[in-house]
Amino acid sequence: MHATLAIVRRELQAYYGSPLAYVFIVIFLALAGALTFHVASWLERGRADLQPFFQWHPWLYLFLVPAVGMRLWAEERKTGTIEFLMTLPVATWQAVVGKFVAAWLFIGSALALTFPIWITVNYLGTPDNGVIVAAYLGSWLIAGGMLAVSAAVSALTRNQVIAFVLAAAICFVFMMSGLEIVQSPFRGWAPAALADAIAGISLLSAFQQISQGVIDLRHAILFTSLIGLSLFVNTAIVELKKGS
Amino acid sequence: MTARGAMQSLLAIERLTKRFGSIVAVDDVDFAVERGEVLGFLGPNGAGKSTTMRMITGYLPPSAGRVRVAGFDVGHHPLEIKRRIGYLPEGAPTYGEMTPRRILDFTARMRRLDAGTRRRRTGQMVERLHLQPVLDRPIETLSKGFKRRVGLALALLHDPEVLILDEPTDGLDPNQKHEVRTLLADIAPAKATIISTHILEEVDALCTRAIVIADGRLVADSRPRDLLARSRHHNAVTVRLGADQVDLLQAWVARCAGVVATEVVPGDGDTAELIAFPEAGRDILGRVQAAIEEAEVEIEEIRVERGRLDDVFRELTRAA
Repeated sequence: MHATLAIVRRELQAYYGSPLAYVFIVIFLALAGALTFHVASWLERGRADLQPFFQWHPWLYLFLVPAVGMRLWAEERKTGTIEFLMTLPVATWQAVVGKFVAAWLFIGSALALTFPIWITVNYLGTPDNGVIVAAYLGSWLIAGGMLAVSAAVSALTRNQVIAFVLAAAICFVFMMSGLEIVQSPFRGWAPAALADAIAGISLLSAFQQISQGVIDLRHAILFTSLIGLSLFVNTAIVELKKGS
Repeated sequence: MTARGAMQSLLAIERLTKRFGSIVAVDDVDFAVERGEVLGFLGPNGAGKSTTMRMITGYLPPSAGRVRVAGFDVGHHPLEIKRRIGYLPEGAPTYGEMTPRRILDFTARMRRLDAGTRRRRTGQMVERLHLQPVLDRPIETLSKGFKRRVGLALALLHDPEVLILDEPTDGLDPNQKHEVRTLLADIAPAKATIISTHILEEVDALCTRAIVIADGRLVADSRPRDLLARSRHHNAVTVRLGADQVDLLQAWVARCAGVVATEVVPGDGDTAELIAFPEAGRDILGRVQAAIEEAEVEIEEIRVERGRLDDVFRELTRAA
């Protein structure tokens, strides 16, 4: 616990001490704003909700989250700092969790900075704030799922570009697994149950339901097990690869 | 401490082996280091020094064999071992964007030092390693010498029982090298220390014991003095004199009993050096002095060699 907290602290210092943090936050806020106002025409709809705002989040995360996750382990391996870190008295899983939590909190801080739009919608009308809280939570969870996948992929390579592309591709599959693009290769031959199971892990469908205020235990299990499983795989990969 | 604990070496390595695919990087290596010992770990590049150190510190799992630190097996209690070891990895990697102050604080927290100890130990390290001027500059902007000293500070911060230092003085200038050696000599009596190095004079200056590894195998384990005794220069007598007289003296010296070979090395200007190599274990100084008198030559200097570690090093590692 102690070591994990020390790593969270160090990683957060590293984020906010580098330009990466500000580039990420500014791009995230600018894109979220532009998509909400210009593409989704939030104001013209005349409805007091944040649906047009939240619907873009998974798409923004699709390339912004792997950009945060790609450095987590690839950089440690490339610069050799992994040897310094892993010879401190810390278990591999503690380091994996510490790095993940710090990155997740960092993404959460970017998400939290979208609060003016929440204030605005309350000023303009009377939205269902419960739904908005649920949507924020869902947004943060889907980011966490993608981040955990990106972190695990990042442990596979020293090359951050490879880590980024691979992570984005895997996140895309997880996101879209309920949609035709991922389903069609399976429908032809696989049993319906398998295709349904693949559809069931679609992050996008889960997120759409959460952002409409439908919080289901299944969604919580989906996100937490994706995070848990990815971090488990991440730990195994770090153990396996650190010597090579 | 139990009777059994008292018997155990602080650091014990048994039949340690590491394979990467078909390559055997470390092959069946055994040694132990007691408290107070400073073990010089020598070997050509790629001989398996760093790999051995990585297994001792729990970074790499061994393919076979085991490592015990204070009685703990690294495979079963990696955290117990990591708590007791101070490790400077090869190249002293540290987070470049952090400042020495920040990374010392991070390391102290990872090692669970309480606030008082943290402040005291950090202060001591900053003072002993002269880090004050760069304390708040990002490590990536520092010179190689400072980076190395930051790495050393991190390894020594928690006052570990066992020190594993992979080329601790690499990149330091002669003054800094001297200071680091003085520092290590000060703290070594309370610890078991392993230092890998290419600098053979360092072994002479700092180590109580030296082991030589070549192609993953242990080829020597002895005191530096005994290693020196294996050199053909051990107890050789070197005479410096005018270049015009050296051939005359060589003829006389070559006839002395106990001298197996002579060699002439051109010196600077019009001087030359004559080296007389003794039969193993014989003292030939008196005979060489007698030869000088008989030859009636005038000499500038005469000295007995202690031996040359690089001779021994080449001899041991070339054969393997």
